[in-house]
Amino acid sequence: MSIAEDMANEPDRGFERGTPNSVLHIDDVHKSFAGLHALSDVDLDVREGETHAIIGPNGAGKSTLLNVCVGRLKPDRGAVVFDGHVLTGKAPHEINQLGVARVFQTPEVFPDLTILENIMLPALSKRDGQFKLNPFKLFSKETAIRDEAEQVAESVGLQSQLTAHASSMSRGDKRRLELAMGLIQHPRLLLLDEPTAGMARHDTNATIDLLKKIKEGGMTKVIIEHDMHVVFSLADRISVLAGGRIIAQGTPEEIKDDPKVKEAYLGEEQV
Amino acid sequence: MLGLNRKDFQLLLLVIVLTALAPFFLNPFPVESSLAQFNAGYPDLMQRFVIFGIFAIGFNILFGLTGYLSFGHAAFLGAGSYAAIWMMKLLTMNIIPAVTLSIIVAGVFSLAVGFISLRRSGIYFSILTLAFAQMSYSLAYSVLTPITGGETGLQPKISDPRIFDGPLAAGASPRASLFGLEMNSTYEMAVGGWLFTFNVGYYIAAILMVISFYVAIRIFRSPFGLMLRAVKSNQNRLGYTGVSSRPYTLAAFVISGMYAGLAGGLLVAMDSQAGAERMFWTASGEVVLMTILGGAGTLIGPVLGAGLIKYLENIVSKINETVLTAWFDWMPSVLQDILVAVVYPFVGKGWHLTLGLMFMLVVIFLPGGLMEGLARIGALFSRKPKSSDDNVDGAAKPSPAE
Repeated sequence: MSIAEDMANEPDRGFERGTPNSVLHIDDVHKSFAGLHALSDVDLDVREGETHAIIGPNGAGKSTLLNVCVGRLKPDRGAVVFDGHVLTGKAPHEINQLGVARVFQTPEVFPDLTILENIMLPALSKRDGQFKLNPFKLFSKETAIRDEAEQVAESVGLQSQLTAHASSMSRGDKRRLELAMGLIQHPRLLLLDEPTAGMARHDTNATIDLLKKIKEGGMTKVIIEHDMHVVFSLADRISVLAGGRIIAQGTPEEIKDDPKVKEAYLGEEQV
Repeated sequence: MLGLNRKDFQLLLLVIVLTALAPFFLNPFPVESSLAQFNAGYPDLMQRFVIFGIFAIGFNILFGLTGYLSFGHAAFLGAGSYAAIWMMKLLTMNIIPAVTLSIIVAGVFSLAVGFISLRRSGIYFSILTLAFAQMSYSLAYSVLTPITGGETGLQPKISDPRIFDGPLAAGASPRASLFGLEMNSTYEMAVGGWLFTFNVGYYIAAILMVISFYVAIRIFRSPFGLMLRAVKSNQNRLGYTGVSSRPYTLAAFVISGMYAGLAGGLLVAMDSQAGAERMFWTASGEVVLMTILGGAGTLIGPVLGAGLIKYLENIVSKINETVLTAWFDWMPSVLQDILVAVVYPFVGKGWHLTLGLMFMLVVIFLPGGLMEGLARIGALFSRKPKSSDDNVDGAAKPSPAE
């Protein structure tokens, strides 16, 4: 389905429950921390193959929403459904095994492993499942996965230092490593939490190009981003989150012109 | 070779050569010399070197790779010992059923303890394992006396059934053997002033240690080993990568428990006795010391740590006041008295003080253990800058060389 058709079908509110081609369905999710409503009445559908950006001011609940999706937080009410599986209540590794990968905002890599091992590990877990007892298999013989890891490393620009420990990397490089760890799993749904935060403009553009390229492969992506340049370069649809509620949803053009969004968010950002 | 890269294979060869030639280089001093008391090449001590080496190698698979610090592994060693002695009492003095069952029993026991303890991590995990081990010790010491012999422990008796063995000759006592090859039979070789002892039990235990070491290398170098190292590095992240860390830590726990069981079974094979004191918490603490002293997470470090501690325990503890006085005999008597008084607390019964000081120094100055020390010495002598790929598939922790 082309984006133009998609836009033509778009109802006014920008979303409806359980659209047939929806791959991630967030249904009426509430989450509060000590009385503070981080998320309330959040309904969201992410369609197969699209890049869906979630934007909003700081503290709007964007990261909380991702945390609910990957099993880090349990919502007080509501459910998250991915491809017919209810994710709510599942452990993070079960959610990942269903094909949902997350790229973290603050890099959470394995500091004591080498960069290559960091990239190979998610590929091994995708192939072997959540547990495999293979103590006599040789890691050095995993050539297929190593080759793939080297390719992915090259695509994010990390090919030169694969044998260094991840603890020695700069913050920007760790972000690329995070991205590589997500990409090598070829997840059906990739959740990106500010993938370009803290990157130089040149690297940001390289990341945009990379994400555009993998979009052609049909991977569904949800991206949280502050950088409007990144959002408008990548997103097919945008949801605006403010004060824990979705206040607008639509194509980038619609969002740009939405007065509520301008008031809540874009006004201060100067797009 | 054997599925190992060149460096690992060299290390394995080194271990084989060292264990094979141990009777020579552990006895560097002639029998008559005053330094002969530093000789460690007698069967009982050499057996302990390799048996506790096995214990430490296994413990390192849990602690060195996953970072989970168990304070209860002596319980598995003790369980292995009891299993082995019962095989000797009931079936045969041949050590094969004894050692086999000791591994199985320790494996099952560690599965149960690990299943419960691994619900928690960090200090809570350590406390849970400690609690289990102390419970096992108390049970073995008191209510389980019919099975464990309580205070007196267990030994094979002439009256035991031993259904596979023929009746003993009159006046003979049951002796552990491998198809008739007795564990305590030795061959002594005198060369000049030196006396070298070759003991059957030692070599059997040494072969098992080499096999254990080889298995440990393979575990370190497997995808399974990578997951264990990832648990230590960032367990939280592992979940978001699709890996369930519980079964991995449990597998590591059971494997290390089986190593402990093998060590316990071999202790029985060597000295034909089992007692509850092998489960006491100090015994659990000792293997922690061995691993940290040698270098947790390195391949050979724990073996070195085990050797060093057993050496101190057996050699330094033998130095008494008389020996000290003889050493400093050539000094003026005032100086002699002072030196004896200063050194005395560190030797003999005070050998733990030496061990404690050494442990403190290592932890403060060489957090990577003896292996880090060796690596630093190696770096002093090699001019070439340390290449970063030393650690590619090396140990999880700081020391690059193994």
